[in-house]
Amino acid sequence: MTASTTENPWEGGRGKREGKPTSSILLATTAEDHHVARMAALALGLSVLEAAIPSPLPGVKPGLANIVTLIVLARYGWRTAAWVSVLRVVAGSLLLGNFLAPGFFLSLSGAVFSLAVLAVSQHLPQRWFGPVTHSIFAAFAHIAGQLLLVYFWLIPHVGLLYLVPIFAAAALVFGTVNGLIAAHYLNEPQVTVARPTFGSISSDLK
Amino acid sequence: MNGLPMAQIKPGDWLTLLAGALLTAFLVFTLWQGGAADKAVIRSGGKIFREAPLSRDQIIEVPGPLGISRIAIHNRQARIAADPSPRQYCVRQGWLKQAGEISICLPNQVSVELSGKRKNYDSLNY
Repeated sequence: MTASTTENPWEGGRGKREGKPTSSILLATTAEDHHVARMAALALGLSVLEAAIPSPLPGVKPGLANIVTLIVLARYGWRTAAWVSVLRVVAGSLLLGNFLAPGFFLSLSGAVFSLAVLAVSQHLPQRWFGPVTHSIFAAFAHIAGQLLLVYFWLIPHVGLLYLVPIFAAAALVFGTVNGLIAAHYLNEPQVTVARPTFGSISSDLK
Repeated sequence: MNGLPMAQIKPGDWLTLLAGALLTAFLVFTLWQGGAADKAVIRSGGKIFREAPLSRDQIIEVPGPLGISRIAIHNRQARIAADPSPRQYCVRQGWLKQAGEISICLPNQVSVELSGKRKNYDSLNY
């Protein structure tokens, strides 16, 4: 992505009328940028959807947005997955209104730990290990990252250990389920649907 | 559609699933074994009033600024059976079963805490 100051072609007419060229900032984006943005938007939708689901314990969430991360990881590699994941965390916090609040840093630390583990686990032989494995690893890493941050920043009390088994069980269950969903989509034959408008977001999954 | 979701799982995935389950079970067993409690530490006004073994059923009367709190030990459990505090929070807390559980009557400055072998001692007195 490169930012460049150019004449905005869309507003050229009005600018010329004033006798001065209108200057604005245009971001020169590549097709990959658009792709990352679409996938992040899809993940974002899942995050917002999930925020509406009541949770028995703060922090226990299905993490549906990670399905998108897993699919992107398998299809386009770790770098793209990292972009999608971090964009989703930042944009999601803006939408949900907790940007730079503790919840944001918890999401971020979870995402960073997951990505770190995925960077390693993606090199496991594909013949034996699929998205379910990556998902479980990422889920445990996610919860580990969050608990470490909670312990060292928010609640430095050993009583936190009491909750660890609950989080671990949640990671196991939701990690497996998300991995199965991701595997399900990845096993479908790749169909390129060329729908230019609203459909293009959902068609990326196919 | 690829039929049953089980078809998506590769052999290594089962291994990961098993490892995850074992890790979770390990965490449950290590972190949720608060240890069987073996004694009740009764405090009054911040000082240890008495340490009573849970093995013997008894009722202990503890004096506080408001009056007498009665602590009952029964069947390896302990509770505050009666207390002069106005809101009775500690009485309503009911039976304490595991090491680390504590019941506190702030107005009468009386507390009962169960402790087990795994609890670290700050000091030992004889």
